Amino acid sequence: MPDTLGTSPDDVQFRFRDDEMVDHAAVTVDAFLDQSNAAAVRIEPGDDARELLPHLERIRLVEVNFPGFMDGRGYSSARVLREAGYDGEIRAVGEVLIDQLAIMRRCGFDAFAPASKLDEADAEAAFNRWDDVYQKTTDGRAPIWQKRHG
Amino acid sequence: MYKYDSYDQQMVDTRVAEFRDQTRRRLEGKMTEDQFKPLRLQNGLYLQLHAYMLRVAVPYGTLNATQMHALADIADKYDRGYGHFTTRQNIQYNWIKLEDAPDILADLAKVEMHAIQTSGNCIRNISSDQYAGAAADELIDPRPYAELLRQWSSFHPEFLHLPRKFKICVIASDNDRAAMRLHDIGIQIVKNEAGEIGCAFYVGGGMGRTPMIAPLIREFVPLDQLITYSEAALRVYNRYGRRDNKYKARIKILVHEMGKDEYARQVEEEFAHLLEQGIEPPLAELERIKTFFQPPPFVSSEVETPNAERLSTALEANGDAAFARWVRANCSAHKAPGYVAVTISLKPVGGIPGDASADQMHVMADLAKEYSFDECRVTHAQNIVLPHVEIGRLNELYAKLAEAGLATANIDQIGDIIACPGLDYCSLANARSIPVAQKIAQRFAENGKGETLGQLKLKISGCINACGHHHAGHIGILGVDKKGTENYQLLLGGSEAEDTSLAKITGPGFDEAGIVDAVEKAADVYLARREDGERFLDTYRRIGMDPFKEALYA
Repeated sequence: MPDTLGTSPDDVQFRFRDDEMVDHAAVTVDAFLDQSNAAAVRIEPGDDARELLPHLERIRLVEVNFPGFMDGRGYSSARVLREAGYDGEIRAVGEVLIDQLAIMRRCGFDAFAPASKLDEADAEAAFNRWDDVYQKTTDGRAPIWQKRHG
Repeated sequence: MYKYDSYDQQMVDTRVAEFRDQTRRRLEGKMTEDQFKPLRLQNGLYLQLHAYMLRVAVPYGTLNATQMHALADIADKYDRGYGHFTTRQNIQYNWIKLEDAPDILADLAKVEMHAIQTSGNCIRNISSDQYAGAAADELIDPRPYAELLRQWSSFHPEFLHLPRKFKICVIASDNDRAAMRLHDIGIQIVKNEAGEIGCAFYVGGGMGRTPMIAPLIREFVPLDQLITYSEAALRVYNRYGRRDNKYKARIKILVHEMGKDEYARQVEEEFAHLLEQGIEPPLAELERIKTFFQPPPFVSSEVETPNAERLSTALEANGDAAFARWVRANCSAHKAPGYVAVTISLKPVGGIPGDASADQMHVMADLAKEYSFDECRVTHAQNIVLPHVEIGRLNELYAKLAEAGLATANIDQIGDIIACPGLDYCSLANARSIPVAQKIAQRFAENGKGETLGQLKLKISGCINACGHHHAGHIGILGVDKKGTENYQLLLGGSEAEDTSLAKITGPGFDEAGIVDAVEKAADVYLARREDGERFLDTYRRIGMDPFKEALYA
C-alpha cells in the first residue's frame, strides 16, 4: 500500500524506548478518527491533539510533524498527550534539528526521525547538556525547585 | 536582591557552553544562518544595520554595583565604550563581533547575568516597577514574583517557539510605572476582599503596529497558582496564536479576534487541567526567593527629616536653585521615612536618550554602593534609579552626579524623551529618532519651558513597530518614510501609566524641523489652556484634539 505520509522505522535516528516499533505508516488525525484499526497517527501543527484523547488506548505511535522548526505547536501537542497519560511512542518528524532535541525530550518526545540525519556526536551532546531543569513536565525530571525543597 | 545558588549558576554556565557550541557549529557550516538566527536571538544577538547588537537581560531592572561595573567593562572591552539602556529595562551594545559573543556571555555569567531570551519568539525578560521595594505606594515588593516567573520562563521547553515574542510585566502598585497593560501579560499583585495576596492577570496588550490595552482576564489568581495560570495562558496562545502573518502573531491579536471572554474560558479550561499536573513550585520556593528581597537596614532618624518637596522649597529659599530643581524633578517618595528614590537622568540635553558611557556606568555603580545599599535599577523610560537614598545625603550625591554629567533635572519632563535607536542603528527603522529627540530637548532647554510644562512624556519611534512607545506618549512622534524622505507624524493623548490610553494622530506629518516646531506649538496650547494642577495629558483630555489641530495646521 503506497503511503508517503508516515516515517518508517528506518527513518528513526534516535529512540529512547525498548518496545517494538509500529510497522505501518501513520495516518492523518481525520483518517484516524474515521477508522478503528490504525495504531499510528500523525499530528500536523494545526491539529488539536486533544481529539485523540478518547482513543489513547489503541494508539502506539503518534508522529508529530514539524514542517518548519520554528512552528512550536508540536511541543504543546506532545505535552497534552503525555499529561493525559499516553505512554506510547511520540516521534518528532520533519525539520528536527540538534538544538530542538533536548526541549523535545522535555515535552515528551521519545523518538526522533529528522528529515535530514543529524551529527551523532552533536546530538549526543545536546541530549545530555542540561543537568537540571527549572520546570516540571511529564518527563520525570525533578525541577530545581523540587531539589531545593526536597 | 536575588543571589544565584549553585543551580542558577549552573544553568547560566550551561547556557554559555551551549551557545559556544552553537556558534562553533555555525562557523563550521553545520548550520544555516536561518537555523542559527533563532538561537542567537534567544541569546540576545541581533544583526543590525552596521554590526551585531547584544541585548543583556536585567531581570526586573535590578542590578548591584558589581553587575553595573561588569556592564561598563563589557562596553570598554567589546564595544565602543558605551551602552544603551532600553525600554524593557535591559542594556544593549551596538558594536559587537559575533565571535566575541560567547566570551561576553561568559563574563556576564561570572556576575550572575545573562542574555537569555532577550530576543526571539519566546518569553522575554520579566519587567517590573523600577521603585519596587522602595515605593511608598506599593502593596508588596513585586520582584520575588518576577524572579519566580524568570526561572519558570527560562528555557521553558514548550514556549521557546511561540508565534511571536512574549513580554510579561509584574507590578504591585495602583500607580503603574511599568506600562503593565501594554504587555502580552500584565500582572498586578493585589489584595482580595479576604485580605489575601494574589495576581490580577491582564492579557493581550502591546504597542507595535496594532496597539492594544490588555483587558483583565482574571481578577485574582492565588499566589500558589501563579505559574500554573501563566502556563495555561501561554499554552492557549501557543496553540491558537496566528503563525501565518508575523504582524498578526502577537497574543493581542488572538485575544482581540477570539474575544477576551472566549480566551479567558479556554485558559480556565487549560488551568483546571494543569492544576492536576502539579507543575507549581511550592510556596516555600517563593518564600526562599523573598528572603533575598528583604528591606535594607534603613537608618531610622530621631529627627523628622523633610520630604523631598519641602526640602526643595527650603533649598530654593537658600538660593540653591539648581539642586532644588533636581530634587523636585528626580526624587520620589519612599516607604522608609527619611529616604527617597533618586532617578539619574540619562537624557542630558543633546545626548542620546538611554546611553551611558562606561565611565558613567562605573560612577553609577560606585554611587549605588555608597548611597543606595548596593542597588540600582533600570527604568522603562531609559534612566537609572538609586532606590534607597537618605535625604540627608542628597547634596553629596548630587555633587558627585553633577561632576559625572549625570545631574540632569528632567524626569518625566519633556526632555526626558524615550526614543528608539531609529535609522542610526536599526535595520527596521524608516526614520531617525535620536536627532529628533536631541533637537526637541535643545529647543525646550533654550526656551526654558521644560520645567514650566511639568510632567509631559514625549516618546519617539522611528517606525511603526513602536519600540519608542509613541502610542503611549502624552506627545508621541512616529517617523515614517514618505517617498524616500523622513517624515514625522504627531500623536497626542497617550499614557502608559495606570490611566493607560493610546495616543491619536493629529493630522498630516512634518519634516524634521517642522516636528520640533509642532511639539512646541502643542506645548503652547497646553500652557495657554491649562487649569490649576492639570498636566498636559489632563488638559488634552479635557479640551480634546481640536484646539491643538487649530494651532498646528492654521
